[in-house]
Amino acid sequence: MSQKLPEKLINEKGLRLDGRKPDELRPLKLEVGVLSNADGSAYIEQGKTKILAAVYGPKEVHPRHLALPDRAILRCRYHMAPFSVEERKSPAPSRREMELSKVIREALEPSIFLEYYPRTAIDIFVEVLQADGGTRCAGITVASLALADAGIPMRDLVCACAAGKVDGTIVLDLTDVEDKKGEADVPFAMMPNTESVTLLQMDGMLTPEEFEKAFNMAIEGCRKIYSLQKEALKAKYVAIKEAVEE
Amino acid sequence: MLPTFFEKREIVVPGDLLAEGDYIAGENTFKEGKRIYASRVGLVDYVNKKVQVVALRAFYVPRVGDTVIGKIIEVGVSGWIVDINSPYTALLRASDVLERGFNPRKDDLTAIYDVGDMIIAKIAAYDRTQNPLLTVNERGLGKITRGQIVQITPTKIPRVIGRKGSMISVIKKETGCNIVLGQNGLILVSGRSIENERLAVMAIRKIEDEAHTSGLTDRITEMLRKEKEKGVRKDESKTA
Repeated sequence: MSQKLPEKLINEKGLRLDGRKPDELRPLKLEVGVLSNADGSAYIEQGKTKILAAVYGPKEVHPRHLALPDRAILRCRYHMAPFSVEERKSPAPSRREMELSKVIREALEPSIFLEYYPRTAIDIFVEVLQADGGTRCAGITVASLALADAGIPMRDLVCACAAGKVDGTIVLDLTDVEDKKGEADVPFAMMPNTESVTLLQMDGMLTPEEFEKAFNMAIEGCRKIYSLQKEALKAKYVAIKEAVEE
Repeated sequence: MLPTFFEKREIVVPGDLLAEGDYIAGENTFKEGKRIYASRVGLVDYVNKKVQVVALRAFYVPRVGDTVIGKIIEVGVSGWIVDINSPYTALLRASDVLERGFNPRKDDLTAIYDVGDMIIAKIAAYDRTQNPLLTVNERGLGKITRGQIVQITPTKIPRVIGRKGSMISVIKKETGCNIVLGQNGLILVSGRSIENERLAVMAIRKIEDEAHTSGLTDRITEMLRKEKEKGVRKDESKTA
């Protein structure tokens, strides 16, 4: 690997490599309805992480035997483009991608009224175009927007964000370097309305006190992302409204 | 009155808290305890005690009695399978079309409807355990032989109709086209000339894009008149 890892991830002023404070999110850009061929779609840029999500359905299930008589099935494919990382990634689904597909699906499942449309399938495609840490969280955030854009009835939007420990400090929204060199990473997803957690993982070591701090920091981060999600969903329609009504 | 949290016709997204207290949860909303939330992106509406959301994007869920426009995708032994732009494909029975007993050895179903044909039909029966059943046994139903088909989001069909049919009658009057609305979001436009059909299609597309704005009927009328004038001028320059 040609990437040179810095000695310190947090400088004397307490700022991180990209100049963020420990509890600061990366700049976030969300866009809804970016693909015309999908039923619903969305795009996210979280720092250098760039992800596109597309949703199809509900539609008839193929192969047939997968259909459930009492609810829709949710299928998810998380995939990294070959050019999304420094060294070309094989486009074939890896063990990691299959696991993340499952994790993302399970994080979104409780938000959808699957029981409304029995014997159908909803497909989600999460395509990572550029990866710089936090792709599973950004993937959940953007997939939830794509679901809403597809007109699928939902209890709430799901927003996700990671917290972790870097150079002994608890930080929010880790980048790739911070994730690799840091001590711990806690990906987290929630539905803010019901305050229910739909994803919680941990990699690394944290004391119970540190974990609680990271957990609370992630909740705060999620709330910020949540309001941006809502704004992004409305933006498309508000723009048209303003243009024609003046 | 108990609190509501949005203005009428304001845009809401899934998870938005719409009202709290003694309200009834209408379309595209759900109730949790005493609170009512939106479940789709749309425009909120408070009607007396009922809270509902008119969805800006949704798919078609069959309802008995709806007129729909569909495409034959498969010819089976005793009927056709029809794509009605919904999560569920519909079935049209041969006995429904033939109005008599049907003999699979003698009757050739492809002679009546073949794969790719478009039909106007009505939903005869549907429950969630079984795919919807269609019927073409009514005036105005059956195979489509001419015209153009436009597809829009099914929830915007009422907007194309307008209040008491005001919008649809404007389009019909200005373009002279005959328009059949399928509740599943497909619209058949057939007029005397392609030019007229193109105008009507343009108007429908505009309605879809601007469905959530007010004063739309006036803007559509204006647009159609302008476009017609343009067309007339073009014709004049051709003859001159």
